[in-house]
Amino acid sequence: MFYRPIHLIPPNTRIDFMRWHKITFMISLCLVLGSFALIFLKGLNFGIDFEGGILIKAQSTQGPADLASLRSQLDSIGVGEVSLQLLGSASDISIRLAHQKYTDADLNQVKDQIKKERPGTRQEELDRMAPTRADGEAQRHAVDKVTQSLGSAYAVRGWQFVGPKVGGEQIQAAIWAIILSMGGIMAYVWFRYEWQFGVNALAALIHDCVTTVGLFSLLGYEFNLTVVAAVLTIAGYSVNDTVVIYDRIRSELRRYKKMPLAELLNLSINETLPRTVMTSGITLLSVIALYFFGGESLHGFSLAMLWGICIGTYSTIYVAAPMLIYMNLRREKVGPTVKTDAAQRP
Amino acid sequence: MLHFSKWSIWVTLGILLAGIIFAAPNLLTRERAEALPSWLPSKQISLGLDLRGGSYLLLEVDVEGVINDQLQTAKDSVRDVLQKAKVGYTGLDVKNGKVIVKLLSAADADKVRTSLRDVDRDMTLDIDDAGNVSMSLPDNIIQQRQSRAVEQSIEVVRRRVDETGVKEPTIQRQGENRILVQVPGVANPQELEALLVKTAKMTFQFVDQNVPQDQVDRGLVPPEDEILPMDESNARAGGPAKMAIQKRVIVSGEHLVQASPAFDQYGAPDVQFKFDSVGGRQFCAATKDNIGRLFAIVLDNKIISAPRIQSAICGGDGIITGHFTTQEANQLAILLSAGALPATLTKVEGSTVGADLGADSIAAGKLASIMGIVLVMVAMVVFYGMFGLFANIALIFNGILLLAAMSLLQATLTLPGIAGVVLTLGMAVDANVLIYERIREEIRNGRGPVIAIDQGYRGAMGTIWDSHITTIVSAIALYAVGTGPIKGFAVTLGIGLVISLFTAVVVVRLITATWLRHARPKELPL
Repeated sequence: MFYRPIHLIPPNTRIDFMRWHKITFMISLCLVLGSFALIFLKGLNFGIDFEGGILIKAQSTQGPADLASLRSQLDSIGVGEVSLQLLGSASDISIRLAHQKYTDADLNQVKDQIKKERPGTRQEELDRMAPTRADGEAQRHAVDKVTQSLGSAYAVRGWQFVGPKVGGEQIQAAIWAIILSMGGIMAYVWFRYEWQFGVNALAALIHDCVTTVGLFSLLGYEFNLTVVAAVLTIAGYSVNDTVVIYDRIRSELRRYKKMPLAELLNLSINETLPRTVMTSGITLLSVIALYFFGGESLHGFSLAMLWGICIGTYSTIYVAAPMLIYMNLRREKVGPTVKTDAAQRP
Repeated sequence: MLHFSKWSIWVTLGILLAGIIFAAPNLLTRERAEALPSWLPSKQISLGLDLRGGSYLLLEVDVEGVINDQLQTAKDSVRDVLQKAKVGYTGLDVKNGKVIVKLLSAADADKVRTSLRDVDRDMTLDIDDAGNVSMSLPDNIIQQRQSRAVEQSIEVVRRRVDETGVKEPTIQRQGENRILVQVPGVANPQELEALLVKTAKMTFQFVDQNVPQDQVDRGLVPPEDEILPMDESNARAGGPAKMAIQKRVIVSGEHLVQASPAFDQYGAPDVQFKFDSVGGRQFCAATKDNIGRLFAIVLDNKIISAPRIQSAICGGDGIITGHFTTQEANQLAILLSAGALPATLTKVEGSTVGADLGADSIAAGKLASIMGIVLVMVAMVVFYGMFGLFANIALIFNGILLLAAMSLLQATLTLPGIAGVVLTLGMAVDANVLIYERIREEIRNGRGPVIAIDQGYRGAMGTIWDSHITTIVSAIALYAVGTGPIKGFAVTLGIGLVISLFTAVVVVRLITATWLRHARPKELPL
C-alpha cells in the first residue's frame, strides 16, 4: 500500500575506512600545504571589493563580444591597465580598471572650480578639498571615457566603484568575520565535547576552508566578499558534519569499552554513513541548482559551496575521525558527560 | 515526543497561518499592496538595489577638515581681537589642534581674556604667566561638532537628491562619518554623484522689491537681477514660489561661522547666526543703509529664507525671526551651517545596477530557487517516501515563513540573500534526514512504529541543535561585519535556520503524529 523508499546506502555497511587513514592523511596534508603554497606564491585574484577600483558590466549589442579588439581599443584611451572578462554568456563582459590617479592639471582645474563655487575659499581649505574632489572626478571621467569608447557596440548594464579605503576595510571585515565565526564555533564544540574533539574539529574546519581558498587560487577565480561568505558557511557546515559523527563516536565509546579505537571509529562512521551521504547529497542538490541557474554573480559562491560540502564530508571521515586515534583519548573520561545513550545518538 | 497538547497544536497552526497571512502581500503588485486597507498586512519584502536596479553611493564626510577649518577661523578671529585691543603678539598659529599665540607682554592677558573667550565659547582658554595663549576644543565638543557636520552634510545631500526628483531615495548615516545614498532606477548616477559632492554654496543677497511679483512670475527682471526659486518649505507657507534677487552678493556663506536654533524673549523659535569679522563688517555696512528691506539667504541657488532687516546688524551676530516652528528653526539652522560648511564629501564606494541587469538577477535567482526546491523535494520523496512528503510540506511552510519574516522585518533581499535562501532549503531538510535515518535504525533494532519514531526524534535532537547552532554562529559573524549584499545573505541564512528548526522539527512531528494516530500502521514505510 505504501511506496517503499530507496535506501541509497544499504544498512550495516562494513567499510574499513580507517584502513586508508594514513594515505588520506598524506593527501590532506598535501592539499593543505599545496593550498598554502598556492595562496602565498600564486596569490588570489582579489575582487574589486577587496582591491578597490572600477568594474563596468556591459553587454555586446552585436553578437559575441570580441575581447581582443576591445582590449586594444580600451588600452588607447588612457585609463591605465584594463582587464576584460566574459561573464557567463558570450556577449556579457566585465571591464575592470584600477583606481584612477589624477594629474596636477586635474587638480588645478578642480581648484578653479571650487573657487568659482565658493568665492573666498581659503587657501588651506582649497588644498584640503581639491585632492579628494579631483580623485572622485578622475574615477568619473574614467567611467565616462570607457562608456564613450564602448559607444553603441556595448550597452553598459551596471558599474561598481570601490575606493581603496573601503577595500582595506572590507579585507579587515572579512578577516574579523572569519575569526569571529571560527572562534564562536570552536567555543561551542569545546563546550559540547572533550578538548580532543574540539582540536580535531578545528583541524578539519581549517582543512576545508584552506583548501577552498586554495582552489580559488588554483583556478584563478575571483575571490570576493561573497566567496568569503561561502567559506564561512562551509566552516559552519563542516563542523555540523563533524559533530554528527562525534556524537555517535562518543556514545559508542561508552557502549564498547574494549573495542580498539580504529574499529570503533569504523563502526561509528558506517552507522552514520547513510545520514552523511543523504544530507551532503541533498544540500549539494540545492547548491548545484545555484551553480547552474543562479547566474554569473553567484558562480564563485556556489563553486566554493560545492567544493566545501564535498571536502567537508571527506574531512569528517578522514581527518576529524582518524585524528582521534592519535589524540590519546582517555576513554573512561568520555562517558560520564553523556546522560543517556539514546539521547545522544544521532 | 509524539504527544501534542491542545494548545501547542493551536500555537503551531497559528504560526503557520500568520506566516501565510504576512507572506501574502508579496503575491500582489506593489501598488495593489499599498492600496490594501490598513488593517490588512501590506508589508512586502524589499529588494536590494542589486535586484531592482539603482544606484548606491557611500560618501565620506571629511570631519577632520571641518574641525581644522574651525580652528583656522578661530585663529583669524584671535588676530582681529588682538589687533583691535592693540595688543602686541607673536607666533599666531594652529598646531596640534590648538590655536597658539604669544602675547608680547604678559600683562595684557587680562585685557583680552574676555574677548578671546568670545571667539569660540566652546574652546578652553589657557594663558600662562609668560603670556603663552593656547586655545583648544575639548574632545566631546569636537565629537559633537563632527557629528553635527555629518548631520548637516546629510541635510545638504537630501536637499540635492530631492531636487533631482528621484523617487524613494534612501539617505542615511552609516557609521561615524559616512552617508549612504540609495536611489532606485536613476538614469544617470554619474550626474547625481557630481551634484552631491559639490561644495555647498551659500550667499546673502538683497531681494529686488522694485520688481512686481507678476513680472517675476513671467521671468521679466532687470539684468542685474536673477530669479531664484524659494525652497519648498518656504513656498508652502504662502509666500511666492520665485523671487527676483539682486546678483550682487552682500556676504558670502563662508563668513558665517555659526547658526543655531534659539528662542526669542516671547519664547518663539528663531535662528541665531554669527559671522566672522570680515563677514560681520560687510553685513554691518549693507544692513545699515537698508533697514526695512528684504534680503535672501541663498543656498545652492535656492532661497532658503528671505527675512526683513529690522535694524543694522553690526558686531557679527544676527537673528532671523519668522513664524517658525521649533523644527523649522532647527532645520534652517542646519541648512545655514551646512552652507557655511566646507565639508568635502568623497565617494568611497558606489555601484549602479541597470534595471535589466537586476531583472536578470531576479530571474536567475527565481530559477535557481525553484530548481533547488524541486530537486530537494524529489530527492526527499524518492529516498523517504511518505515521510519525505511530510518534510516537503514543512519545507513549503519554511519558505512561506521566511517570506513572512523578511516582509515583517523589512529585511532586504539581495542576490547573495537568494543564495542564502536556496542553501537554507537544502539545510532545512537536513534535520529531517537526521531524524529519518535515526528512525530507520530504530526499526532495524526491532522497535515498533510509535517507539521508533519517538526514539528517532529524541535521538536526533541533540545533533540538530548542534548543527543549527554552528551555522547560526557563522551567520551572526557575517552579519556583524558584513556589508550590503553579504548582510543580506547572513539575514536570510540566519532567519531561515531558525525557521527550519520550527518547521523541520515541530511541524513535521505534528504531521507525523497526526498520521500515526489515524493510520495506526503496523510497520513504517521508511
